[in-house]
Amino acid sequence: MTHKLTQGDHILHVENLARVEGEGSMHVVVKDGLVADVELQIFEPPRFFEAFLRGRAWTEPPDITARICGICPVAYQMSSCLAIESACGVTVPEEIRLLRRLLYCGEWIESHALHIYLLHAPDFLGYPGAIEMAADHGPVVERGLRLKKAGNALMTLVGGRAIHPVNVRVGGFYRLPTPDELRSIRPRLERARDDAVETVRLVAGFDFPEMVQEQEYVALRSPHGYPLEGGSVVTSTGRTFEVADFGTHVVEEHVARSNALHARLDGQESYVVGPLARYALNHDQLGPLAQEAARDAGLGDECRNPFQSIVVRAVELVHATDEAIRIIDEWEGAAAPFVDVPARAGIGYGATEAPRGLLYHRYELAEDGTILDATIVPPTSQNQRSIEADLRVFVQDRLDLPRDELVRQCEQAIRNYDPCISCATHFLDLTVEDR
Amino acid sequence: MTENGRPKLAVWKFASCDGCQLTLLNCEDELIPLAGAVEIAYFPEATRAVVEGPYDVSLVEGSVTTPADAERILEIRSASRRLITIGACATSGGIQALRNFADVAEYRSIVYAHPEYVQTLERSTPIAAHVTVDYELHGCPIDSRQLLEVLAAFVQDRRPRIPSYSACVECKRRGTVCVAVAHGTPCLGPVTLAGCGALCPTFSRGCYGCFGPQDTPNTGSLADQLQVLGMSESQVLRVFRTFNAAAEPFRLESEKHEEATP
Repeated sequence: MTHKLTQGDHILHVENLARVEGEGSMHVVVKDGLVADVELQIFEPPRFFEAFLRGRAWTEPPDITARICGICPVAYQMSSCLAIESACGVTVPEEIRLLRRLLYCGEWIESHALHIYLLHAPDFLGYPGAIEMAADHGPVVERGLRLKKAGNALMTLVGGRAIHPVNVRVGGFYRLPTPDELRSIRPRLERARDDAVETVRLVAGFDFPEMVQEQEYVALRSPHGYPLEGGSVVTSTGRTFEVADFGTHVVEEHVARSNALHARLDGQESYVVGPLARYALNHDQLGPLAQEAARDAGLGDECRNPFQSIVVRAVELVHATDEAIRIIDEWEGAAAPFVDVPARAGIGYGATEAPRGLLYHRYELAEDGTILDATIVPPTSQNQRSIEADLRVFVQDRLDLPRDELVRQCEQAIRNYDPCISCATHFLDLTVEDR
Repeated sequence: MTENGRPKLAVWKFASCDGCQLTLLNCEDELIPLAGAVEIAYFPEATRAVVEGPYDVSLVEGSVTTPADAERILEIRSASRRLITIGACATSGGIQALRNFADVAEYRSIVYAHPEYVQTLERSTPIAAHVTVDYELHGCPIDSRQLLEVLAAFVQDRRPRIPSYSACVECKRRGTVCVAVAHGTPCLGPVTLAGCGALCPTFSRGCYGCFGPQDTPNTGSLADQLQVLGMSESQVLRVFRTFNAAAEPFRLESEKHEEATP
């Protein structure tokens, strides 16, 4: 996760001060004109969440694990709540599940708008960043900021604030939003939904490098619709298993070059989580508006070009705005903001769909609720091998490019995954080694 | 300053969650005007364009946890006319400073299969433990209005108008009923710095101290009151040991309860 830091001595160059641009770097080995190896090196300093969660109370993970990522704190809160509740044998009532889904929609809107407009679109339109892009594409950037703001407003309404929401607790929420409060945000979400549809039109018109991913896609699937706040695991080769069995299928490995642990599924080289996987495995569950947007954008039943993940993200933006409006319209209140989750000894598992893909938590509790062990597997550690696999193919075809252009294009390819290298996004330090 | 007279702004990241620099991007209405008022010279989360230093104002997020970062902050200081730290990690060491109370070698072996690959310091320390800091903005995360006020103040060469009183003052101002007095809910408001707008009590929960200690916190007296409200020694220890665990007043208070906790 969070496991981010240091490296073997062969990459010591990344640690000196000229490289302060970022928290990750890329190392390419070329042998006789062929790309022999690509390493994505992650050296975010380790923060040891899984270690210091030991000894804390079962009620604490939502507040504590939110701090793993300022861009997707709700994902951490939701997965941790599910895991603790499962350890304690509690299932929250339907209204609480819906309110969680609504809060999660806010995070998807905020995070997807941030990634599409501020981080990824500048690559396709040829700008170093959104601020520079705004000079020529003012209305486009304004639309992105408006969408982002709508997501933040929804998170603030349900969660109390957009970064590290305060209203989430194990068992539900501290306080329920009133029906009036929920209705008050509807006009803004309607505007956001229109903006989301426009977003799909915009990004569908970008030029995409040709590329086909062969990896297995992994996502949640849920009886409650397109997966956000829960479900069981499904894969593109037809495997299905419960979240409780995640640990028997997925093994994390620690490699010298990275402080993010690398995940493998059933011994395979790599697999992919995130928008492309969710779409391939759940597109039938998108709302009618999102399905129409996907069709108009030319997406089929699955999309295996990682560069088009920006289109799928935009389609998910349509779905999240539409879904938020639906939940608000159907909201009939709840009996209580939370249910009691009494401590007991046990092991619990939880997985939800963070904007960047499946996020898994596992906790082992003592009888009094003290956490004995914690495991957190975030999306980026699951995708890391696939990012490298993509880059191997991608770089091979572009070895003749001038270095600066190669770096720029590789960064764009890495950003297809919206990697949460503690969510740093512009981080590439490229070394090409000829042997 | 740049040739056009705009001050040069840089944003740097150390061990953190990125949330405090995201706060800058979350100023959706102000972002483009801000980019007109200052030159965003280095902000990798927003742009790959890099303008050479020195910088007029550097915002620093995150704490120092590796030998390399302890070196890097010196370079950043020497390239910055003014250096402002933002957030609990940069101002107090953050939640990762929980290692300061533990054995970091053990932490490393809990998380990593190959602890020998991981370079990390025994302690997570705030930026001010390494270099002179011109201003510290607190919060986990920081508040966006406060961030804009601090940036405006530095551009205008004046002192930021940021309160140093407790969250209780904000509660009173908002007219929020005191959750501790009225409902017996344990609350860190009396010892916690204002800035969030006293958010938690408006959501029927006690303040959990994410803005860190206020100027003159009476933590001992609050700890007594928390126990009157039913908290055990170990619970009191833990409420002081979260996102600002290494901030001096919180650290000292938590250590008192360490002795009492079996």
